[in-house]
Amino acid sequence: MTDFSYVRTEMLEERPAPTSQTGIVKWLRENLFSSVPNAILSIAALWAIYFTLSHLLPWVFQSSWTATSLKECRASIAAAHGEGTTGACWAVIRERYLQLIYGFYPADSYWRPNLAFIMMLVALAPVLFNSIPKKFMLFTALYPFIAFWLLWGGSIWLPISIVAGFVLGYVAMNIISKQMSELAGMIACAIVPILWFLFFAGSAADVMQNIIPISLESVESAKFGGFMLSILIGITGIAFSLPIGIVLALGRQSDLMIVKVICVGFIEFIRGVPLITLLFVASTLLNYFMPPGTNFDIILRVIIMVTLFASAYMAEVIRGGLAALPKGQYEGADSLGLDFWQATRLIIMPQALKISIPNIVSSFIGLFKDTTLVSIIGLLDPIGLSTNIRADQYWNGIIWELYGFIAVIFFIFCFAMSRYSMYLERKLQTGH
Amino acid sequence: MKKSVFLGTLAAASVAAGVAAAGTLDDVKAAGELKCGVSTGLVGFAAADASGKWNGFDVDVCRAVAAAVLGDGSKVKFVPTTGKTRFTALASGEVDMLARNTTWTFSRDVDLKFEFVGVNYYDGQGFMVPKALGVTSAKDLDGATVCIQTGTTTELNLADFFRSNNISYEPVPVETNAETQAQYLAGACDVYTTDASGLAATRATFENPDDHTVLPEIISKEPLGPLVRHGDNQWGDIVRWTLNALITAEELGVTSANVAQMSGAAGGNPEVNRLLGTEGDLGAMLGLDKAWASRAIANAGNYGEIFATNIGEASPIGIARGLNAPWTDGGLIYSPPFR
Repeated sequence: MTDFSYVRTEMLEERPAPTSQTGIVKWLRENLFSSVPNAILSIAALWAIYFTLSHLLPWVFQSSWTATSLKECRASIAAAHGEGTTGACWAVIRERYLQLIYGFYPADSYWRPNLAFIMMLVALAPVLFNSIPKKFMLFTALYPFIAFWLLWGGSIWLPISIVAGFVLGYVAMNIISKQMSELAGMIACAIVPILWFLFFAGSAADVMQNIIPISLESVESAKFGGFMLSILIGITGIAFSLPIGIVLALGRQSDLMIVKVICVGFIEFIRGVPLITLLFVASTLLNYFMPPGTNFDIILRVIIMVTLFASAYMAEVIRGGLAALPKGQYEGADSLGLDFWQATRLIIMPQALKISIPNIVSSFIGLFKDTTLVSIIGLLDPIGLSTNIRADQYWNGIIWELYGFIAVIFFIFCFAMSRYSMYLERKLQTGH
Repeated sequence: MKKSVFLGTLAAASVAAGVAAAGTLDDVKAAGELKCGVSTGLVGFAAADASGKWNGFDVDVCRAVAAAVLGDGSKVKFVPTTGKTRFTALASGEVDMLARNTTWTFSRDVDLKFEFVGVNYYDGQGFMVPKALGVTSAKDLDGATVCIQTGTTTELNLADFFRSNNISYEPVPVETNAETQAQYLAGACDVYTTDASGLAATRATFENPDDHTVLPEIISKEPLGPLVRHGDNQWGDIVRWTLNALITAEELGVTSANVAQMSGAAGGNPEVNRLLGTEGDLGAMLGLDKAWASRAIANAGNYGEIFATNIGEASPIGIARGLNAPWTDGGLIYSPPFR
């Protein structure tokens, strides 16, 4: 036998990697201190974070939750944490958080906006997530009417008669396009509901209300406020601006002269005007045009203006998506013999919308935050309410607590939207 | 959905429009509530509490009118208006009257076609400085930085004052009152200027109010009062004489505590009797009943009581009566006689 004594007969034990190559030390070395400039920047950043938190955290936590006025807040903070301590007076949030959420909505009816909000999540689910069966979309389509009835109250027959108008329009379109031409069907689809709304809807609702009275206590728009108002305006604007935006974007690319001119004119006009101007039109100018004594709901006016504004921006975002599609996609659709609507629905739009997702969501987030502008025309959204709360003689002088609370809530909503858009992008990712 | 409601509303509106031509008094009675434009929030003058109930000096004027006209001071729908929307709200009929810290000026009265029915608060622009600055007169403010809300008459008054006194200043423009307070406290400006009532209210919220002083100069006249539209004189008279009734009540010693007893039967003072409707029939001349003024006074008290509750020296805001004392005490608050 040859002596192979230099050959190891057993494996060495695995040893842990050197401390400089594992765990937190490695991470720190690689990410924070990989070079001298990096190290300097890291230390500066750490110092900045420390500096901010060392001022912010005591203010946040050396606070008063129970006082009933700013003066009392200061006294109790001084008593608990020593003379000269400044702390947040969160008591104002404790006293007013319901007002910041619901505005002046009657307290015994808070279940209505709550229910509307939960149903909104249900209605959004089939839109947001593919895994939910598409027949739930029917609920989504009905949701605006349910929400309208829940929030404003009144007779249930008014929203039902409005739904009936749309159903009539749909039926008329089906019948007439079979009997006559498709164009006639489209025209009937537009005219029948309008005739219904103008002449029959109101009286039909009254008649039904007399036969079977079902109604909720009505709540006037002046009582709406707080985050409820922001969400109401924001969600309605978001929900309606997307379809209108798609139509406008397609119209802008259309070969039909009149359609194109109308769409371009609308988009450019609305984009050329600041939102606040449109809000002023809604709140003041429209009053002059309408007969005196007219009570055209202010929230409705604002929602219409916000939706128009968002639609114009949405149209341009989607046009960007359309422009980014390779020409081959259009030609491919043509070569399959699809007509315009089929091609748009099956081939063009799914891709264009996918490309546009980040921009669409940016527009949504921007729109949601823009709803705070309504405080300038006297609607009591969270910002408007904060002015009002500050005008209370017991809370006058409070600034940061209110703004901080509002900022946190807005952040939660906007962050959720942004995370959803990232999820959607990952899900629709087909690149290789 | 929106389109349909839009059309529905328009249709309903065109029906409603035919009714609206009647006088404001009839409209208010038909609606069963007074639509009163107030500020979206101004300390002491208009603010909603945690339960959504409005309180304040201007708010009580609205309630007094509602009590006189409708018999119930709670039948008011408060419409929050901003400085930019208030006049259109009144002109378009969205509100029946405006009680919103509005300065009575020539152009607003004449050009905008409103009718100021009186003055419920004499204000004027003043200055607040930190005591540490050692300034005792506004004329010593040469070279000072001044925090000023943009787009207000205070901005123009300030420019006029400094120019006419030939001294220089550096404006720090800010957008809202809350921002102004924060800037002033952070030391971004030496001087804080706004209406004297606002200065007092702001100073009261400071942690150390004694470190700040309000300078004696008042550089502008700001008579604030309720206003109505031109053209409906009966309604204007009702609002005017409701305000006058509150003022007269203070002068004659009628308070919320004794008004019920004094309205019961005619007393020794004929003017009190006329005011409270136990003698003569002034109410009928306004298109109201005899007890209109006693209801207005019973609601929140006379002018002095309203002042004391909302902004007076016993309240957290602590404004002295000053110019707003009754004329018998050397102030400017004066009502024509009830005769």
